[in-house]
Formats: sequence, structure tokens, C-alpha cells
Amino acid sequence: MSLRLLAALPFIGILLGVPFVNRTEPLVLGMPLVLAWIVMWVVLAAAIMGLVYRLDPANRLSGEADAEVRS
Amino acid sequence: MSALIIIAAITLVALFLGTRARHGHDMNLEQWAVGGRSFGTAFVFLLMAGEIYTTFTFLGGSGFAYGKGAPVYYILAYGTLAYIISYWMLPPVWRFAKQHRLVSQPHFFARKYQSPALGVLVACVGVLALVPYLVLQLKGLGIIVTTASYGAISSTAAIWIGAAVVTSYVIVSGVRGCAWNSVVKDTMILAIAVYLGVYLPIHHYGSLSEMFRAIDAAKPGFLTFPARGQSVTWFQSTVLLTALGFFMWPHTFMSVYTAREERIFRRNAMILPLYQLILLFVFFCGFAAVLKVPGLKGSDIDLSLFRLALQTFDPWFVGVIGAAGVLTALVPGSMILTTASTLLANDVYRGGLAKSADDAQVAKLARFFVPVVALVAVGFTLRGGETIVALLLMGYNFVTQLFPAMVCSLSARNRVTKQGAFCGIVAGVLVVIVTTLTHLSVAQLIPFAPDALKDVNIGFLALFVNVIVLAVVSMATQPRTQVDHEHARAH
Repeated sequence: MSLRLLAALPFIGILLGVPFVNRTEPLVLGMPLVLAWIVMWVVLAAAIMGLVYRLDPANRLSGEADAEVRS
Repeated sequence: MSALIIIAAITLVALFLGTRARHGHDMNLEQWAVGGRSFGTAFVFLLMAGEIYTTFTFLGGSGFAYGKGAPVYYILAYGTLAYIISYWMLPPVWRFAKQHRLVSQPHFFARKYQSPALGVLVACVGVLALVPYLVLQLKGLGIIVTTASYGAISSTAAIWIGAAVVTSYVIVSGVRGCAWNSVVKDTMILAIAVYLGVYLPIHHYGSLSEMFRAIDAAKPGFLTFPARGQSVTWFQSTVLLTALGFFMWPHTFMSVYTAREERIFRRNAMILPLYQLILLFVFFCGFAAVLKVPGLKGSDIDLSLFRLALQTFDPWFVGVIGAAGVLTALVPGSMILTTASTLLANDVYRGGLAKSADDAQVAKLARFFVPVVALVAVGFTLRGGETIVALLLMGYNFVTQLFPAMVCSLSARNRVTKQGAFCGIVAGVLVVIVTTLTHLSVAQLIPFAPDALKDVNIGFLALFVNVIVLAVVSMATQPRTQVDHEHARAH
């Protein structure tokens, strides 16, 4: 369940965060602030999903689980 | 002339790869439609990413950035959220599909709800949404070839040739042809988008920051969401709506079935958001065009990338860009064609009319439908005047109506009945049709609503009506024992 909470962060950042950063200045990495904010969350989303993949027991065990189902 | 030769060569390569892909595989229905459920991480990844790099992103993305500015950022956001959802949503879908040997999306609904009628309905909604999507690809194709050939080939001729190429390799190889061409397409588009996105701002403005400063000075407010119209509320509602609809596209749903094992989806959920960042470079191209090729209006905004390329590069390089663009139209176009004809043959014909038809007949019929669907799309393309993004958003509003029934069907104890699912989808689709035809917006519908609410994507209204109808009808048609159970729980 806590994994899903982790995965909810990008939703909060993108959907609820954008109204607060709807500005051009300061430019971040050459991009308007609001665009840079969204880009940051795309990168964070990938990192978070990487973490979720690591932590999710389904991925650690699914190799063995598959074998059991087949046999 | 050199531009034209390069485009023609790439089109031939696509045709060759596409028709060759069937080698060593007996093309029965399961092979043709879902590649025998044998694709590994890389192919599934590319088929799903195929959704990201279509003419929609290449021309529509840059055109939208050019014409509307900040609202284009939504494209980057919705895919990311959709991939996060996919981590939990796709594995159960895949398991169920494998268990029941499903080959299409309506098949999934029909099995889950034990209702062939629901399958037919879902198939019809799918085809209804796929046609504008195919029109969009062909429209882009026309634009690209006309521009890159410096007017030597008319857009009408380009659309006919493109449709013929796609039709022929889809008939021969089905989804395997799409997978191999995806490899070529994604490599090319990746290289070109990054190159253009880096080169154009530096060449024309000096640097990325200077480009954005110049745009901000010339058009204040262009780089942020406006207070009205495509405002922050529009962004939030559109992102949420399209993120929910993302995997409801029949062809995306079907590409889920091609996977060999379920961990592929979980792994992809982490890689695909990063892969999306390539879109950023496409936006930069569109923004670079803002001050350099001003004055494009209406559906002409989709031309902006190519107009700028013509100004900047030698003809041979315009040809390379054109060739990449042609692939972004042909590859997704072929996936849509494969899907639409499978839906018509497997789900409308076998599901609704001739229940006893065997796989061989359905496979034959599916191939017969390929040119039919292609012709219909060509017809619409030659008539319509919508911009690429507008077409896509309309299709999205249709497929998103499938989301509530689909998500409920994944829960272990599904309270939604087949009648509820059926009526909900019908109600939602009707609202989309009415609001699209009359160009209604929330602002017109509820004039007394607060400003922020007025910009909510109208698709939400449809989804809302859909969910209400689904809940009410499901409650009314609940099987007896379950109603008692529910009463007991309520007290």
C-alpha cells in the first residue's frame, strides 16, 4: 500500500503543483519555470517507479511464482 | 529532388520490413493480431511507445507549441501519469487475456461481463475513436510529403500512396510488421527530434534561454497557462482525463496482449516516462518557429516545424526529416488499421452476427476490412479541417468512456453489472457526440459556474454522466443475493 502512496506523489506534483509554479521566470535549465517543474516530475516519476519496482515483492518472487503456475 | 528520393527510399524500406516480418510465422489470427503473445521487453516497449511518437507528437506537438504555447506541456504530463497507473493496471489485464486467449479489447469486456452485446458496443466505440486517429496520421503524412517534396507531390497523392503502403503490409504481416517498423521509426525520430530540438534554438536564437526570453518579450504570457481558456484548470482536467484514457485505446490495449510475461509492464513503467522526455525537444522546435515563421493560423499551425526546417536546412536534410515524419505516420497508422479491422471482424462480426465463425474465417475477414477502413479514413482526411491535436482529443474523449467499466472489472468482487457497464458507456459516448457536434463547453453549459470550473475539459462531463449511469443501473440490476448482502453491510 505504501508503494501506491509513493506512486501518488507525481500525481500531486503535476496536477496540484502546477497552479503554484505557473510562471516563466526564473528560467531553469533554459526552460520556463512551469515547464521545468513538469519535466522535473517526469524524471522523479521514473525514479519513483524504479524504486517501486525494486521494493515490490511481486517482482522478486514472480519468477518462482511463474514456475509454480506452469508446473 | 533529393528530399523526395530519401522519402521514397524510406517508404520502400518500411514496406519491405513490414511484409518480410511474417517470415517463419504461420499467420493465424493470434499471430496476426497479437504476435502469438511472444514479444519481449523491447518490442512491447516499442509498441507502447509507438503511442508517444506519432505524427501527433511530431507535427501536432510542435504545432501546438507554436500555436498555443504553454498548453502543449500537457502532452508531457499525461503519459507519465498513465505509465504510473499501468504498473498496477496492466498485469491483471494481461493475465486475464492470456488465460482466455483474448485477441482484442472488446473480447476482454465481453468475457469479464459475460455479455457479447457489451463486446459489440466496445468494438463500435473503439472503431469510432480509431477513425479520427487514423485521419490524423494521414493528414500529417500529407503535410509532411507535400512540404518536404517542395510541392512536387500533392498532399492528396501522398495520402493515397501512404494509405496503400500501410494497407499492403498490414494485410500481409499484421502486428509483426508494425513491431519491426517501430524499431526503425523510433531510432530515426529519436535522433532527429533531439538534433532539431538542440540545433534550432541555438542556431536561430543563440541558446535555449535566449529563445524563451525572446518569446516571452514578444508575446508576454505565451509560456505560461493563461487565466482563461486553456488555463491551469484545463491542464489539470485534460491531463487526468487523457491519463485515464491512455490505455483504453484499442490498439494500445491490444499491444498489452503481445507481451510474453507480466513483469515487462512493471519494468516499462519506469523507463517509459524518461523516454517521453524526447517530446521536450519537439516542443523546442515548435517554440523556435514562433518568431521565425510567424503568421500560420488555424490548422496550418501543424506546418510550423517543416516551414522552419525549410528555412534552415538543405533539401537533403529536409528529406531526412520528412522520411522520419513519414514513418511516424505509417507505423501508428498500421497499428490502428490492424486493430480496427480486428475489431470489426472478431468482435462486431463474430461477436454480434455469426457466433459460430471459426478463426480462419475471422482472420480472412479482418484482412478484408483493412482496405475498407483505410478508404473510409482517406475519405475523411480529404474533407476535414481540424487541427491534429483537436482530432486526438476527440478520440480520447471516446475511449476514456471505457475506463470506468474496465477498471471495475479488475476488482475481485465486481458490483458493476453488464447492464450498468453497457448503459454507462452509451451515455458517456452520447454526451461526447452531442458536445462535439455542438461545440459546447462547460462555460456555456453552466454560465454561473466559477471561472476556474468553466475551463474543465468537457470530456469530464461525459465521464461523470457515464459513472452516474453505470452506478444507478448497476444498483437497479444487482443480482438478488448481492443486494441483500449489501443491505446487511449498510446496517
